[in-house]
Formats: sequence, structure tokens, C-alpha cells
Amino acid sequence: MSATAQTTAAPGLTAARPSRVAGALAGLSVLRAAVLGVLGLLAVAGAWEGYKALAPEDGVVIGDSRVLPRTTDLAMPHVWDMLQRLGEPVSSLRGAAPLWQVVADAVLVSLKVAAAGWVAGTAIGLLLALLMARLRIAEWGLLPWIVLSQTVPLIAFAPMVRSWGSRIEIGGWEWPPWMSVALIASYLAFFPVAVGALRGLQSTDRVHTELMHSYDAGWWATMRRVRMPAAVPHLLPALRLGAAGAVVGTVVAEVSIVYPDGIGRMLVTFAGQASGDPEKAWAPIFGAIVLGLVAGGFIALLGLLLRTYRRGEAP
Amino acid sequence: MTTDRPLPTAPVPDQEDHVDAPQPEHERPARRATDSEPDHAFGAPPAVRASGVSKTFGSRRSQVSALSEVDLTVAAGEFVALIGPSGCGKSTLMRLVADLETPSSGSLEVFGKPAARARADQDYGIAFQQAGLLPWRTVAANIALPLELHGAPRAERKQRVAELVELVGLGDFARSRPDQLSGGMQQRVAIARSLAERPRLLLMDEPFGALDEMTRERMQAELARISVETGAAVVFVTHSIPEAVFLADRVVVMSARPGRITDEIVTGIGRDVVRDEHLREDPAFFRKVTEVREALHAGPVSAAGAHER
Repeated sequence: MSATAQTTAAPGLTAARPSRVAGALAGLSVLRAAVLGVLGLLAVAGAWEGYKALAPEDGVVIGDSRVLPRTTDLAMPHVWDMLQRLGEPVSSLRGAAPLWQVVADAVLVSLKVAAAGWVAGTAIGLLLALLMARLRIAEWGLLPWIVLSQTVPLIAFAPMVRSWGSRIEIGGWEWPPWMSVALIASYLAFFPVAVGALRGLQSTDRVHTELMHSYDAGWWATMRRVRMPAAVPHLLPALRLGAAGAVVGTVVAEVSIVYPDGIGRMLVTFAGQASGDPEKAWAPIFGAIVLGLVAGGFIALLGLLLRTYRRGEAP
Repeated sequence: MTTDRPLPTAPVPDQEDHVDAPQPEHERPARRATDSEPDHAFGAPPAVRASGVSKTFGSRRSQVSALSEVDLTVAAGEFVALIGPSGCGKSTLMRLVADLETPSSGSLEVFGKPAARARADQDYGIAFQQAGLLPWRTVAANIALPLELHGAPRAERKQRVAELVELVGLGDFARSRPDQLSGGMQQRVAIARSLAERPRLLLMDEPFGALDEMTRERMQAELARISVETGAAVVFVTHSIPEAVFLADRVVVMSARPGRITDEIVTGIGRDVVRDEHLREDPAFFRKVTEVREALHAGPVSAAGAHER
């Protein structure tokens, strides 16, 4: 769903002109992106309702397999019902908070955990990239393992991380469960950062490295003044992938190590109540989408801050 | 770095539109007119002295000889153009001087020191065919890069950058970024950057190679002016005959496979001669162009061939 909304919004963003065009134009393109984004959401909602209205109740079945979903209110609630449900109390208990607020709290918790995981993963990824850029032998020795690390299914070791974590106790301090979740999130986040940053650090123009050599600049001076800034255009997509990885890692890890406060656990819990309250199950899904959008928006903001480093030299 | 070296930016008396306080007479670097003899009178070592320098690339299996037994001396303050067909090793020779490559055999000295030492001492400034500006830095910050790397104090850096920006005529563009400049302007920034530390030797590898003819001629005139103002020796790699003759005191002609020096032509155009449109139309200039062309083709050029470049 979110993917559709994003791709619909994308033309507006890519059409944004270089900075030399006046601010008014830039403002206009922001407005256009916003309008296109809203239109994209409406299009998704329209498609949802259109399918629900036109397709048969039992979905489309070919042979024994259902290729298109059922359109009952149980399987596909009306958009307005789902929205309306957000405003209602989460349960029939007296004094229960409205659903949207509960979901928002869970999103916030997951966002913090994912952010911690992203920061840790990015730091580890950058350090690994730096190490590999420094020592050819480190690249040979480490890169295959880094690639291999991502083939281990997340579900397989999430419970192990949980049980290791629960045994860690230093002084009076105990390893809190959220750090297990963040650790798993960082495990997914570090990989694209390590690979992307390494590629970026190795992408320096030869004329620049020769220039620095002619200045008798050392490895670190060259790294700081030329190779790191030159790596930024490669790094930003890597950070974006890392952020997506951290969000997915957080949600999955919350489910598999039974961490109750986040959106991941809420997805499972509310899905279990779907037979009696189908609209409620969709609320955490919207929450997860918002979580992804916030993560993506943060990286976009980062890209804006680093835009000086994304300039190319005129031909 | 060295404080006892004469400041190359000391202006020549008759060209005094810019820069530093005039130096006392005895400290001013000597400018010769036409002779290409080194400054032996001052006991100063030549800017470049290469003897028997060879360079081969590749593994033991497949060796390519880029340079073979090259002898070349560039006097302090002399402007030498290296010219020759592609693959004659002219760029390689310049890169050896810059210590971007090391010679396979022979000896190479820059100001009487090994090339690696001269690089460490920042005795030369360098400009390539690509401007090679850092796109995220402003024009001023690009020019300041070598000063910054070598720990020049901020105030000094600022002042020097302001001078250089004026010297290359980019006063209004100090805060622009490279992608906002034309190719010629970028190359001017690169030249300003190469001059930042007042080097006694400038190494230039076809710096105008990517520019259109009009811009190119204007840049040549500017470089000629700058080289007079700074008094630095220049090793200038080019494949344009008129460019070589226009700029240089001496044109070194090279041939390919293996790369070696086949001829040297003293242009006889004094440093004090203003390099402008008049010079380009001077019969003496044409004669030297012809002379270099004949040397390049190793023999008199036929009437038909004379029209080619």
C-alpha cells in the first residue's frame, strides 16, 4: 500500500529542479509532491473500494487456489470503517484509550528501538567500511562474511539473542529486552551501510587522489577531505536501505522475541482479534506504514543536509 | 616549509598590477630573457634535472616502455613545453617529476633533491587536464585546500586565496561551486590552486586540452602572464604546436615507442614579450611553429602537410 502511494508521489519529487531555480519554484514543486502524494493515497483507497464493490464476495478462484482475495467486510473492511475505528476506544474496557493513540504509542516505541538499531548498525557499517577501505586484506577477509551474515534468517537467531541478552547483567544493570530488538535491527541495518560506504570510499576520482598525493597528504587527511565527502552520494541510498532494514528488523524481532510494547507485537495481537473486530487489525498496519514513512523521511532530510556533497562537477 | 627561498610571486617590475609588497632588488628571482641556461650564477640547482630516465610499465611478462633514456634539464624560472604524439611519454615524464610515478632507471632531481623529497617539500604545484576540483567545496575552499592541508593559519589562507582569486580573474565567483562554473573557469581555479603555495615549479598536464579554441587562447595568454608574475619554472605538457610555441621558452619534442626526446627548440620569444594576439600573428612565431612541426614529423613538411596541424 505504502509502496503504491510512494511511487505515485515520486514524479513530483524527481521533477524538483536544481537549487539554482528560485525558491518559489522549489516551493511549488513541494506543493506538487504533496498533492501527488495525497492523490496517490486516494487512488489506493479508490482501488480498494472499487475492487470491493465489483469483485465477487468469495474473491476470484482458479481451480483450487484463490488468486484474488475475498471482498467480505471481514477480509476487506471499508476504508471509512477502518478510519472510523481508529477514533474509537481500543477495547470495551472502561476508560480505554482511543485506538489511534494506542497505535501511535506503539509506533513511537518501535521507532525509538529502530532508530537505536539504525544508529548502531550505521556506526558498525561505517567502521567496517573504513577498515576495509584501509586494508585490502580486511576487505578480502571480511566482505564474504558480511555478505554471508545476511543469509542467516532473522527468525532463527532472534530467540537466541533474547536468551543471551537475558543473561547479561553488569552490576545492577540488566540487558533490557528492547536492546535485543535493536541489536537485531542493527544486524539488518549494518549490511547495506558497510557495502555502500565501501563502494563510496572506493569511488574517489583518480585525479583527486593524485592531487592529494601531490600534496603529500596522509591516509586520514585524504579520507577526511576527499574520500568521505566523495562517498556521500553512494552512502545515502545505503543509509536508506539501512533504515528500511532497521524498521523491518524491529518489527520482525518484536514478534519473534515477544517484545510487547512495539508495533510488531501489536500487529500479531490485533490480527488475532480480527474475526470479531476486523477494522482493528488494520490499525497497526497503518502504524507500520507511518513508521516506514518516518524512517524514509528522516533519510530524505539527511540527504537535504548533505546536499553540498551531492554536487557533480560540470562537464 | 622553507622560508629562505625567494618568493616566486614577487612581481616583475613592469607587470606590477598585483599582489605582494615589492621585494628588495637582491631577493627578487632573476628573470632571464631568452637563454635557457640554468641560474648557475646564483648557484641554484635547476628546477628539474633528469638524466638517463626510463620508465617501463607492466609486469615482467609484458613490459611497455613508456620512456627511454631521457635527459632533460629545466632551469629555475624556465618555461618548457613537452610536445609529442600520444604515447610518447610526455605525461609520464611530468608525472615522474611530480613523483606520481617512479622511474624504472636513471636519476631525477627536482631542485637538487630526489623527486619524492621535492613532493614532500611541496616544491611544485600541479594542474591536470581535468580541473579536478572538489565539487562540494567553493572556489575559495578549493584554492585553499593545499594551504589547509599544510596548516597555514586561517588569516593567511584567507588573504592568499583572495589574491589568487583575483589573479585568475574569478573575484566574483569565490563563493561559487565548481558545477556553477564553465570548463575554462574551473581550469582557472585549478591553476590558482596549483599556485597557492607559491611553488617554484609548475607542472601542467594538458590543462587546456578540454577547452574550446577561444577559451584556450585566452587561458594561454593568462597563463603566460601568471608565469611571468610568479617567476616559477613551468613544465607544460601539450599536443598543440602553437600552444607550445606561444607559451614556452623551449619546446621539447618527443617521439613514441619508445618515448624519448628527439629535439629541442628554443623559441627565442623572451619572457618580457607580452603574449597576445600580435604574437600569434608574428612571422617569427610562425617560423617557430613550422620548426616545431618539422621536428615533430622529423623532416621538412610538404606543402600539403603544412596545412594540417
